Amino acid sequence: MRLVVRAAEATGATELIDVSGAHVDSCLYHGEASLDFVDRLVDGGARVGVPTTLNVGAVDLIHPETYRGDPRTAERGRLLMDRYRALGARATFTCAPYQLADSRPSLGEQVAWGESNAIAFCNSVLGARTNRYGDFLDIAAAITGRVPYAGLHRTDARRATIVLRLAPDVPDALRDADVLFPVLGIVLGRRAGSAVAAIDGFPSGQSEDRLKALGAAAASSGSVAMFHVVGSTPEAPTLEDALHSDQPDAVEHIGLAELRVARDQLSTARGDQLAAVSLGTPHASAAQLRGYAALIADRRVHPDVHCLISTGRDVLVSQPQAAGRLRDAGVELLVDTCSYIAPVLRYTDGAVMTDSAKWAHYAPGNVGVDVAFGSARECIDSAVSGRVVRDGSLWGDS
Amino acid sequence: MTGVSGRALVLDEPLSLWGGMDPTTGELIDAHHPQRGARLTGRVVVMPSGRGSSSSASVLAEAVRARTAPAAILLGEPDLILAIGSAVAEELYGVAVPIVVLPADRLAAIRDGTALLIGRDGSVKTA
Repeated sequence: MRLVVRAAEATGATELIDVSGAHVDSCLYHGEASLDFVDRLVDGGARVGVPTTLNVGAVDLIHPETYRGDPRTAERGRLLMDRYRALGARATFTCAPYQLADSRPSLGEQVAWGESNAIAFCNSVLGARTNRYGDFLDIAAAITGRVPYAGLHRTDARRATIVLRLAPDVPDALRDADVLFPVLGIVLGRRAGSAVAAIDGFPSGQSEDRLKALGAAAASSGSVAMFHVVGSTPEAPTLEDALHSDQPDAVEHIGLAELRVARDQLSTARGDQLAAVSLGTPHASAAQLRGYAALIADRRVHPDVHCLISTGRDVLVSQPQAAGRLRDAGVELLVDTCSYIAPVLRYTDGAVMTDSAKWAHYAPGNVGVDVAFGSARECIDSAVSGRVVRDGSLWGDS
Repeated sequence: MTGVSGRALVLDEPLSLWGGMDPTTGELIDAHHPQRGARLTGRVVVMPSGRGSSSSASVLAEAVRARTAPAAILLGEPDLILAIGSAVAEELYGVAVPIVVLPADRLAAIRDGTALLIGRDGSVKTA
Protein backbone atom coordinates (compact mmCIF):
# COMPACT_ATOMS: atom_id res chain seq x y z
CA MET A 1 0.00 0.00 0.00
CA ARG A 2 2.95 2.30 0.65
CA LEU A 3 3.91 1.93 -3.04
CA VAL A 4 0.37 2.69 -4.21
CA VAL A 5 0.26 5.82 -2.07
CA ARG A 6 3.71 6.83 -3.32
CA ALA A 7 2.36 6.43 -6.85
CA ALA A 8 -0.61 8.62 -6.00
CA GLU A 9 1.77 11.32 -4.76
CA ALA A 10 3.88 11.03 -7.93
CA THR A 11 0.83 11.37 -10.18
CA GLY A 12 -0.89 14.06 -8.15
CA ALA A 13 -3.96 11.89 -7.56
CA THR A 14 -6.09 12.77 -4.56
CA GLU A 15 -8.08 9.54 -4.40
CA LEU A 16 -7.69 5.80 -4.98
CA ILE A 17 -10.11 3.63 -6.94
CA ASP A 18 -10.80 -0.12 -7.06
CA VAL A 19 -9.53 -2.24 -9.93
CA SER A 20 -11.17 -5.50 -11.03
CA GLY A 21 -8.03 -7.23 -12.26
CA ALA A 22 -4.30 -6.95 -12.79
CA HIS A 23 -1.61 -8.08 -15.19
CA VAL A 24 1.79 -8.35 -13.54
CA ASP A 25 5.12 -7.98 -15.33
CA SER A 26 7.34 -8.22 -12.24
CA CYS A 27 7.73 -12.00 -12.67
CA LEU A 28 10.51 -11.50 -15.24
CA TYR A 29 13.93 -11.83 -13.59
CA HIS A 30 16.11 -8.75 -13.96
CA GLY A 31 18.59 -9.66 -11.25
CA GLU A 32 18.49 -10.33 -7.51
CA ALA A 33 16.50 -7.14 -6.91
CA SER A 34 13.53 -8.94 -8.49
CA LEU A 35 13.74 -11.72 -5.89
CA ASP A 36 14.61 -9.40 -3.01
CA PHE A 37 11.37 -7.54 -3.68
CA VAL A 38 9.03 -10.51 -4.03
CA ASP A 39 10.56 -12.19 -0.97
CA ARG A 40 9.44 -9.19 1.08
CA LEU A 41 5.89 -9.75 -0.20
CA VAL A 42 5.90 -13.52 0.34
CA ASP A 43 7.46 -13.20 3.82
CA GLY A 44 4.78 -10.68 4.72
CA GLY A 45 2.03 -13.16 3.80
CA ALA A 46 0.73 -11.09 0.87
CA ARG A 47 -1.85 -12.47 -1.60
CA VAL A 48 -3.36 -10.88 -4.69
CA GLY A 49 -6.75 -9.33 -3.96
CA VAL A 50 -8.07 -9.33 -7.55
CA PRO A 51 -7.80 -11.85 -10.43
CA THR A 52 -4.24 -11.48 -11.69
CA THR A 53 -2.49 -12.76 -14.81
CA LEU A 54 1.29 -13.04 -15.13
CA ASN A 55 3.50 -11.72 -17.90
CA VAL A 56 6.37 -13.65 -19.46
CA GLY A 57 9.16 -14.98 -17.26
CA ALA A 58 12.78 -15.84 -17.95
CA VAL A 59 12.26 -19.49 -18.95
CA ASP A 60 9.80 -21.68 -20.84
CA LEU A 61 8.57 -23.88 -17.99
CA ILE A 62 6.88 -26.30 -20.38
CA HIS A 63 9.83 -26.67 -22.77
CA PRO A 64 12.85 -26.09 -20.47
CA GLU A 65 15.19 -27.68 -23.04
CA THR A 66 14.85 -24.51 -25.15
CA TYR A 67 17.01 -22.57 -22.67
CA ARG A 68 20.60 -22.21 -23.84
CA GLY A 69 22.03 -19.80 -21.26
CA ASP A 70 23.54 -19.81 -17.78
CA PRO A 71 21.73 -22.46 -15.69
CA ARG A 72 21.95 -20.38 -12.51
CA THR A 73 20.12 -17.47 -14.13
CA ALA A 74 17.49 -19.91 -15.38
CA GLU A 75 17.04 -21.28 -11.87
CA ARG A 76 16.66 -17.77 -10.38
CA GLY A 77 14.23 -16.87 -13.15
CA ARG A 78 12.14 -19.98 -12.47
CA LEU A 79 12.18 -19.30 -8.74
CA LEU A 80 10.82 -15.80 -9.37
CA MET A 81 7.98 -17.19 -11.52
CA ASP A 82 7.13 -19.62 -8.68
CA ARG A 83 7.12 -16.81 -6.11
CA TYR A 84 4.52 -14.85 -8.08
CA ARG A 85 2.34 -17.94 -8.38
CA ALA A 86 2.63 -18.31 -4.61
CA LEU A 87 1.08 -14.83 -4.29
CA GLY A 88 -2.05 -16.23 -5.97
CA ALA A 89 -1.50 -14.99 -9.52
CA ARG A 90 -2.44 -17.23 -12.46
CA ALA A 91 0.37 -19.00 -14.30
CA THR A 92 -0.49 -17.46 -17.67
CA PHE A 93 3.06 -16.26 -18.43
CA THR A 94 2.05 -14.33 -21.52
CA CYS A 95 2.62 -10.76 -22.69
CA ALA A 96 -0.76 -10.95 -24.46
CA PRO A 97 -3.26 -11.65 -21.64
CA TYR A 98 -5.93 -10.08 -23.87
CA GLN A 99 -5.76 -13.26 -25.97
CA LEU A 100 -7.21 -15.28 -23.05
CA ALA A 101 -11.00 -15.31 -23.30
CA ASP A 102 -11.44 -14.87 -19.54
CA SER A 103 -8.84 -12.10 -19.15
CA ARG A 104 -10.36 -9.44 -21.39
CA PRO A 105 -11.67 -6.57 -19.30
CA SER A 106 -14.64 -4.86 -20.89
CA LEU A 107 -15.18 -1.30 -22.10
CA GLY A 108 -14.71 1.18 -19.27
CA GLU A 109 -13.53 -1.42 -16.73
CA GLN A 110 -10.77 -0.18 -14.39
CA VAL A 111 -7.73 -2.51 -14.20
CA ALA A 112 -4.00 -2.32 -13.39
CA TRP A 113 -1.80 -3.74 -16.11
CA GLY A 114 1.91 -3.93 -16.66
CA GLU A 115 3.76 -4.76 -19.92
CA SER A 116 3.83 -1.91 -22.41
CA ASN A 117 2.15 -3.70 -25.32
CA ALA A 118 -0.61 -5.08 -23.08
CA ILE A 119 -1.22 -1.63 -21.60
CA ALA A 120 -1.61 -0.12 -25.08
CA PHE A 121 -3.93 -2.93 -26.16
CA CYS A 122 -6.01 -2.79 -22.99
CA ASN A 123 -6.69 0.95 -23.29
CA SER A 124 -6.92 1.20 -27.05
CA VAL A 125 -8.45 -2.03 -28.32
CA LEU A 126 -10.47 -3.24 -25.32
CA GLY A 127 -11.38 0.22 -24.06
CA ALA A 128 -10.63 -0.89 -20.51
CA ARG A 129 -8.69 1.58 -18.40
CA THR A 130 -5.16 1.29 -17.10
CA ASN A 131 -2.16 3.49 -16.59
CA ARG A 132 1.37 2.28 -17.33
CA TYR A 133 1.96 0.13 -14.25
CA GLY A 134 5.62 -0.69 -14.12
CA ASP A 135 7.25 -3.49 -12.22
CA PHE A 136 6.58 -3.51 -8.44
CA LEU A 137 3.58 -1.18 -8.71
CA ASP A 138 1.70 -3.78 -10.78
CA ILE A 139 1.86 -6.39 -8.01
CA ALA A 140 1.25 -3.72 -5.35
CA ALA A 141 -1.98 -2.84 -7.19
CA ALA A 142 -2.89 -6.54 -7.55
CA ILE A 143 -2.47 -7.08 -3.80
CA THR A 144 -4.31 -3.95 -2.67
CA GLY A 145 -6.83 -3.87 -5.52
CA ARG A 146 -6.41 -0.08 -5.47
CA VAL A 147 -4.76 2.43 -7.78
CA PRO A 148 -4.47 6.22 -7.89
CA TYR A 149 -7.35 7.79 -9.81
CA ALA A 150 -5.19 9.52 -12.39
CA GLY A 151 -4.11 9.50 -16.02
CA LEU A 152 -5.90 7.05 -18.32
CA HIS A 153 -8.24 5.90 -15.55
CA ARG A 154 -9.96 9.24 -16.08
CA THR A 155 -12.11 9.93 -19.13
CA ASP A 156 -10.54 13.31 -19.91
CA ALA A 157 -7.05 11.84 -20.35
CA ARG A 158 -8.29 9.44 -23.03
CA ARG A 159 -9.04 12.21 -25.52
CA ALA A 160 -6.85 12.24 -28.64
CA THR A 161 -4.75 15.40 -28.86
CA ILE A 162 -3.01 14.57 -32.16
CA VAL A 163 -4.54 13.34 -35.42
CA LEU A 164 -2.34 11.27 -37.73
CA ARG A 165 -3.21 10.39 -41.33
CA LEU A 166 -1.30 8.60 -44.05
CA ALA A 167 -0.20 10.96 -46.82
CA PRO A 168 -1.62 10.42 -50.32
CA ASP A 169 1.69 8.94 -51.56
CA VAL A 170 1.26 5.78 -49.43
CA PRO A 171 0.15 3.09 -51.92
CA ASP A 172 -3.22 1.41 -51.40
CA ALA A 173 -1.70 -2.07 -51.25
CA LEU A 174 0.59 -1.00 -48.40
CA ARG A 175 -2.35 0.58 -46.54
CA ASP A 176 -3.94 -2.85 -46.46
CA ALA A 177 -0.82 -4.89 -45.62
CA ASP A 178 -0.21 -6.37 -42.16
CA VAL A 179 3.44 -5.28 -42.37
CA LEU A 180 2.42 -1.61 -42.43
CA PHE A 181 1.12 -1.71 -38.86
CA PRO A 182 4.32 -2.43 -36.90
CA VAL A 183 6.16 0.18 -39.00
CA LEU A 184 3.38 2.72 -38.53
CA GLY A 185 3.56 1.95 -34.81
CA ILE A 186 7.22 2.97 -34.70
CA VAL A 187 6.30 6.28 -36.34
CA LEU A 188 3.32 6.68 -33.98
CA GLY A 189 5.57 6.23 -30.94
CA ARG A 190 8.01 8.84 -32.22
CA ARG A 191 5.32 11.34 -33.15
CA ALA A 192 3.11 10.88 -30.10
CA GLY A 193 5.65 10.22 -27.32
CA SER A 194 3.27 9.74 -24.38
CA ALA A 195 0.34 11.64 -25.95
CA VAL A 196 -2.88 9.99 -27.15
CA ALA A 197 -3.10 10.06 -30.96
CA ALA A 198 -6.01 9.25 -33.27
CA ILE A 199 -5.08 7.54 -36.51
CA ASP A 200 -7.66 8.46 -39.09
CA GLY A 201 -8.38 7.26 -42.60
CA PHE A 202 -8.24 3.46 -42.35
CA PRO A 203 -11.18 1.26 -43.33
CA SER A 204 -13.13 0.32 -40.20
CA GLY A 205 -12.75 -3.00 -38.42
CA GLN A 206 -8.95 -3.42 -38.51
CA SER A 207 -8.01 -6.78 -36.98
CA GLU A 208 -6.84 -7.17 -33.38
CA ASP A 209 -3.54 -8.56 -34.64
CA ARG A 210 -2.87 -5.39 -36.66
CA LEU A 211 -3.79 -3.17 -33.71
CA LYS A 212 -1.63 -5.32 -31.43
CA ALA A 213 1.40 -4.87 -33.73
CA LEU A 214 0.72 -1.13 -33.97
CA GLY A 215 0.54 -0.69 -30.20
CA ALA A 216 3.51 -2.91 -29.38
CA ALA A 217 5.71 -0.92 -31.77
CA ALA A 218 4.41 2.44 -30.53
CA ALA A 219 5.08 1.43 -26.92
CA SER A 220 8.66 0.55 -27.90
CA SER A 221 9.61 3.69 -29.83
CA GLY A 222 7.57 5.94 -27.53
CA SER A 223 5.68 5.79 -24.23
CA VAL A 224 2.36 5.24 -25.94
CA ALA A 225 -0.19 3.80 -23.51
CA MET A 226 -3.24 4.54 -25.64
CA PHE A 227 -4.14 5.36 -29.22
CA HIS A 228 -7.31 5.46 -31.28
CA VAL A 229 -7.78 4.04 -34.76
CA VAL A 230 -10.94 5.70 -36.03
CA GLY A 231 -13.54 3.09 -36.96
CA SER A 232 -11.63 0.23 -35.31
CA THR A 233 -11.12 0.99 -31.63
CA PRO A 234 -14.10 1.22 -29.27
CA GLU A 235 -13.70 4.80 -28.09
CA ALA A 236 -13.33 6.10 -31.65
CA PRO A 237 -16.33 5.16 -33.78
CA THR A 238 -15.72 8.60 -35.34
CA LEU A 239 -12.86 11.09 -35.23
CA GLU A 240 -15.10 13.43 -33.27
CA ASP A 241 -15.54 10.74 -30.60
CA ALA A 242 -11.77 10.26 -30.36
CA LEU A 243 -11.33 14.02 -29.93
CA HIS A 244 -14.19 14.24 -27.36
CA SER A 245 -15.65 16.83 -29.74
CA ASP A 246 -12.69 19.12 -29.07
CA GLN A 247 -9.99 20.50 -31.39
CA PRO A 248 -6.73 18.54 -31.79
CA ASP A 249 -3.40 20.24 -31.00
CA ALA A 250 -2.05 19.02 -34.33
CA VAL A 251 -3.07 17.19 -37.50
CA GLU A 252 -0.09 15.48 -39.15
CA HIS A 253 0.50 13.38 -42.24
CA ILE A 254 2.84 10.42 -42.48
CA GLY A 255 4.38 9.95 -45.91
CA LEU A 256 5.88 6.93 -47.64
CA ALA A 257 9.45 8.22 -47.16
CA GLU A 258 9.06 8.37 -43.37
CA LEU A 259 7.56 4.88 -43.29
CA ARG A 260 10.41 3.50 -45.38
CA VAL A 261 13.01 5.09 -43.13
CA ALA A 262 11.29 3.60 -40.05
CA ARG A 263 11.16 0.21 -41.75
CA ASP A 264 14.84 0.38 -42.74
CA GLN A 265 15.89 1.42 -39.23
CA LEU A 266 14.34 -1.77 -37.88
CA SER A 267 16.96 -3.78 -39.79
CA THR A 268 20.51 -3.68 -38.44
CA ALA A 269 21.73 -6.59 -40.59
CA ARG A 270 23.40 -6.10 -43.95
CA GLY A 271 23.50 -8.86 -46.55
CA ASP A 272 21.25 -11.89 -46.80
CA GLN A 273 22.96 -14.35 -44.43
CA LEU A 274 20.27 -15.77 -42.12
CA ALA A 275 20.75 -17.50 -38.77
CA ALA A 276 17.27 -17.55 -37.31
CA VAL A 277 13.70 -16.38 -37.69
CA SER A 278 11.82 -15.20 -34.60
CA LEU A 279 8.05 -14.65 -34.76
CA GLY A 280 5.39 -14.10 -32.14
CA THR A 281 6.27 -10.84 -30.35
CA PRO A 282 3.94 -10.04 -28.69
CA HIS A 283 2.89 -13.68 -28.20
CA ALA A 284 1.22 -15.02 -31.35
CA SER A 285 -2.56 -15.21 -31.32
CA ALA A 286 -4.49 -18.28 -32.42
CA ALA A 287 -5.15 -16.58 -35.78
CA GLN A 288 -1.47 -15.81 -36.21
CA LEU A 289 -0.43 -19.40 -35.43
CA ARG A 290 -2.87 -20.59 -38.08
CA GLY A 291 -1.56 -17.93 -40.46
CA TYR A 292 2.07 -18.98 -40.01
CA ALA A 293 1.07 -22.63 -40.53
CA ALA A 294 -0.75 -21.71 -43.74
CA LEU A 295 2.21 -19.65 -44.98
CA ILE A 296 4.70 -22.47 -44.51
CA ALA A 297 2.14 -24.99 -45.90
CA ASP A 298 3.95 -28.22 -46.83
CA ARG A 299 7.44 -26.69 -46.86
CA ARG A 300 10.16 -27.16 -44.24
CA VAL A 301 12.49 -24.80 -42.39
CA HIS A 302 15.99 -24.80 -43.89
CA PRO A 303 18.33 -27.02 -41.80
CA ASP A 304 20.74 -24.11 -41.14
CA VAL A 305 17.99 -21.83 -39.81
CA HIS A 306 16.46 -21.82 -36.32
CA CYS A 307 12.83 -20.75 -36.71
CA LEU A 308 10.83 -20.14 -33.56
CA ILE A 309 7.45 -18.71 -32.70
CA SER A 310 6.62 -17.41 -29.23
CA THR A 311 3.07 -17.73 -27.96
CA GLY A 312 1.13 -18.18 -24.75
CA ARG A 313 0.77 -21.64 -23.20
CA ASP A 314 -3.03 -21.34 -23.32
CA VAL A 315 -3.11 -20.26 -26.97
CA LEU A 316 -0.75 -23.10 -27.88
CA VAL A 317 -2.96 -25.83 -26.41
CA SER A 318 -5.98 -24.33 -28.16
CA GLN A 319 -4.36 -24.76 -31.60
CA PRO A 320 -3.17 -28.38 -31.84
CA GLN A 321 -3.52 -28.54 -35.62
CA ALA A 322 -1.52 -25.43 -36.43
CA ALA A 323 1.05 -26.35 -33.77
CA GLY A 324 1.43 -29.83 -35.26
CA ARG A 325 1.90 -28.45 -38.77
CA LEU A 326 4.50 -25.92 -37.58
CA ARG A 327 6.44 -28.50 -35.56
CA ASP A 328 6.40 -30.93 -38.50
CA ALA A 329 7.86 -28.14 -40.63
CA GLY A 330 10.74 -27.77 -38.16
CA VAL A 331 9.47 -24.67 -36.29
CA GLU A 332 10.17 -24.49 -32.56
CA LEU A 333 7.27 -23.25 -30.42
CA LEU A 334 8.20 -21.31 -27.33
CA VAL A 335 5.85 -20.38 -24.45
CA ASP A 336 6.09 -18.51 -21.12
CA THR A 337 8.96 -16.31 -22.30
CA CYS A 338 10.27 -14.56 -25.41
CA SER A 339 13.31 -14.97 -27.62
CA TYR A 340 14.70 -11.52 -26.85
CA ILE A 341 14.68 -11.93 -23.09
CA ALA A 342 15.74 -15.56 -22.74
CA PRO A 343 18.82 -17.10 -24.39
CA VAL A 344 16.97 -19.48 -26.68
CA LEU A 345 18.34 -18.68 -30.15
CA ARG A 346 20.39 -21.60 -31.42
CA TYR A 347 22.30 -19.74 -34.11
CA THR A 348 23.65 -16.23 -33.98
CA ASP A 349 25.88 -16.29 -37.08
CA GLY A 350 23.92 -14.14 -39.50
CA ALA A 351 20.77 -12.09 -39.18
CA VAL A 352 17.70 -12.95 -37.17
CA MET A 353 14.59 -12.12 -39.12
CA THR A 354 11.33 -11.03 -37.51
CA ASP A 355 7.94 -9.60 -38.39
CA SER A 356 7.81 -7.76 -35.06
CA ALA A 357 8.92 -4.14 -34.77
CA LYS A 358 9.13 -4.59 -31.01
CA TRP A 359 11.48 -7.55 -31.36
CA ALA A 360 13.54 -5.66 -33.96
CA HIS A 361 13.72 -2.68 -31.63
CA TYR A 362 14.92 -4.51 -28.51
CA ALA A 363 16.81 -7.63 -29.69
CA PRO A 364 20.05 -5.96 -30.85
CA GLY A 365 20.59 -4.49 -27.36
CA ASN A 366 19.16 -7.37 -25.35
CA VAL A 367 20.61 -10.44 -27.04
CA GLY A 368 23.25 -8.87 -29.29
CA VAL A 369 21.97 -10.03 -32.67
CA ASP A 370 21.62 -8.33 -36.03
CA VAL A 371 18.01 -8.05 -37.14
CA ALA A 372 16.29 -8.13 -40.51
CA PHE A 373 12.70 -6.88 -40.27
CA GLY A 374 10.12 -8.10 -42.79
CA SER A 375 6.55 -9.22 -43.30
CA ALA A 376 5.34 -12.59 -41.99
CA ARG A 377 5.50 -13.93 -45.53
CA GLU A 378 9.06 -12.68 -46.03
CA CYS A 379 10.05 -14.26 -42.70
CA ILE A 380 8.57 -17.65 -43.50
CA ASP A 381 9.96 -17.65 -47.07
CA SER A 382 13.36 -16.75 -45.64
CA ALA A 383 13.17 -19.53 -43.05
CA VAL A 384 12.52 -22.01 -45.83
CA SER A 385 15.13 -20.74 -48.30
CA GLY A 386 17.90 -20.24 -45.72
CA ARG A 387 18.68 -16.64 -46.65
CA VAL A 388 16.95 -13.29 -46.20
CA VAL A 389 14.28 -13.04 -48.90
CA ARG A 390 12.69 -9.65 -49.53
CA ASP A 391 9.78 -8.40 -51.56
CA GLY A 392 9.93 -4.61 -51.71
CA SER A 393 7.03 -4.23 -54.14
CA LEU A 394 4.53 -3.13 -51.45
CA TRP A 395 6.82 -0.28 -50.44
CA GLY A 396 7.59 0.93 -53.95
CA ASP A 397 11.23 -0.17 -53.57
CA SER A 398 13.02 -0.38 -56.91
CA MET B 1 23.85 13.64 3.41
CA THR B 2 21.82 16.46 1.92
CA GLY B 3 21.49 15.15 -1.63
CA VAL B 4 23.44 13.61 -4.47
CA SER B 5 25.88 14.98 -6.97
CA GLY B 6 27.19 13.94 -10.34
CA ARG B 7 28.08 15.17 -13.78
CA ALA B 8 25.23 15.64 -16.23
CA LEU B 9 24.82 13.12 -19.02
CA VAL B 10 22.47 14.81 -21.46
CA LEU B 11 20.76 12.22 -23.65
CA ASP B 12 19.71 13.31 -27.12
CA GLU B 13 16.75 10.93 -27.08
CA PRO B 14 14.63 9.35 -24.32
CA LEU B 15 15.92 6.04 -23.03
CA SER B 16 14.04 3.00 -21.75
CA LEU B 17 16.23 1.55 -19.01
CA TRP B 18 14.95 -1.92 -19.86
CA GLY B 19 16.62 -2.85 -23.10
CA GLY B 20 18.54 0.40 -22.85
CA MET B 21 20.83 -0.06 -19.86
CA ASP B 22 22.77 -3.13 -18.74
CA PRO B 23 22.48 -3.09 -14.93
CA THR B 24 25.59 -5.28 -14.56
CA THR B 25 27.82 -2.66 -16.24
CA GLY B 26 25.81 0.57 -16.24
CA GLU B 27 26.30 0.84 -19.98
CA LEU B 28 23.78 2.27 -22.46
CA ILE B 29 23.05 -0.69 -24.75
CA ASP B 30 20.06 0.42 -26.88
CA ALA B 31 21.27 -0.17 -30.45
CA HIS B 32 18.92 2.53 -31.75
CA HIS B 33 20.12 5.20 -29.32
CA PRO B 34 22.67 7.74 -30.59
CA GLN B 35 24.66 7.53 -27.33
CA ARG B 36 25.06 3.76 -27.24
CA GLY B 37 28.10 2.80 -25.19
CA ALA B 38 27.87 5.71 -22.72
CA ARG B 39 28.11 4.80 -19.00
CA LEU B 40 25.19 5.94 -16.86
CA THR B 41 26.73 5.00 -13.51
CA GLY B 42 27.04 7.94 -11.13
CA ARG B 43 25.86 10.43 -13.73
CA VAL B 44 22.88 12.79 -13.52
CA VAL B 45 21.00 11.51 -16.55
CA VAL B 46 19.05 14.26 -18.31
CA MET B 47 16.36 13.37 -20.85
CA PRO B 48 13.04 14.80 -21.98
CA SER B 49 11.03 11.76 -20.81
CA GLY B 50 11.23 8.09 -19.92
CA ARG B 51 10.24 5.72 -22.67
CA GLY B 52 8.91 2.27 -23.43
CA SER B 53 9.07 -0.76 -21.23
CA SER B 54 7.31 -1.16 -17.93
CA SER B 55 10.33 -3.25 -16.79
CA SER B 56 12.47 -0.16 -16.36
CA ALA B 57 11.58 0.00 -12.66
CA SER B 58 13.23 -3.39 -12.10
CA VAL B 59 16.30 -2.40 -14.07
CA LEU B 60 16.68 0.76 -11.96
CA ALA B 61 16.34 -1.19 -8.69
CA GLU B 62 18.77 -3.85 -9.89
CA ALA B 63 21.25 -1.15 -10.96
CA VAL B 64 21.07 0.32 -7.43
CA ARG B 65 21.73 -3.13 -5.96
CA ALA B 66 24.65 -3.67 -8.36
CA ARG B 67 25.95 -0.12 -7.71
CA THR B 68 25.77 0.82 -11.38
CA ALA B 69 22.81 3.21 -11.14
CA PRO B 70 22.76 6.84 -12.24
CA ALA B 71 23.12 9.34 -9.38
CA ALA B 72 19.82 10.96 -10.40
CA ILE B 73 17.51 11.31 -13.39
CA LEU B 74 16.16 14.68 -14.57
CA LEU B 75 13.09 14.61 -16.80
CA GLY B 76 10.84 17.05 -18.61
CA GLU B 77 7.69 15.18 -17.57
CA PRO B 78 6.79 12.83 -14.69
CA ASP B 79 7.59 9.15 -15.13
CA LEU B 80 5.81 6.89 -12.69
CA ILE B 81 7.80 3.80 -13.70
CA LEU B 82 11.13 5.38 -12.79
CA ALA B 83 9.69 6.92 -9.60
CA ILE B 84 8.55 3.49 -8.41
CA GLY B 85 11.89 1.88 -9.30
CA SER B 86 13.59 4.49 -7.16
CA ALA B 87 11.12 4.02 -4.28
CA VAL B 88 11.68 0.24 -4.27
CA ALA B 89 15.44 0.65 -4.39
CA GLU B 90 15.21 2.88 -1.32
CA GLU B 91 12.95 0.37 0.44
CA LEU B 92 15.21 -2.61 -0.31
CA TYR B 93 18.70 -1.11 -0.29
CA GLY B 94 18.36 2.27 1.41
CA VAL B 95 19.46 4.17 -1.70
CA ALA B 96 17.07 6.25 -3.80
CA VAL B 97 17.84 7.65 -7.24
CA PRO B 98 16.17 11.08 -7.21
CA ILE B 99 13.81 11.45 -10.18
CA VAL B 100 13.28 15.17 -10.68
CA VAL B 101 10.95 16.87 -13.16
CA LEU B 102 12.13 20.24 -14.48
CA PRO B 103 10.49 22.78 -16.80
CA ALA B 104 11.59 22.33 -20.42
CA ASP B 105 13.70 25.52 -20.53
CA ARG B 106 15.68 24.58 -17.41
CA LEU B 107 16.21 21.04 -18.71
CA ALA B 108 17.40 22.34 -22.08
CA ALA B 109 19.87 24.71 -20.41
CA ILE B 110 21.82 21.87 -18.77
CA ARG B 111 25.10 21.22 -20.60
CA ASP B 112 26.58 17.75 -20.83
CA GLY B 113 29.31 17.22 -18.26
CA THR B 114 28.18 19.99 -15.86
CA ALA B 115 28.61 19.04 -12.19
CA LEU B 116 25.18 19.11 -10.52
CA LEU B 117 23.89 18.91 -6.96
CA ILE B 118 20.43 17.39 -6.48
CA GLY B 119 18.97 18.33 -3.11
CA ARG B 120 16.71 16.10 -1.01
CA ASP B 121 13.92 18.58 -1.78
CA GLY B 122 14.37 18.01 -5.54
CA SER B 123 16.33 21.23 -6.08
CA VAL B 124 18.92 21.17 -8.86
CA LYS B 125 22.02 23.39 -8.61
CA THR B 126 25.35 23.55 -10.40
CA ALA B 127 28.08 22.36 -8.04
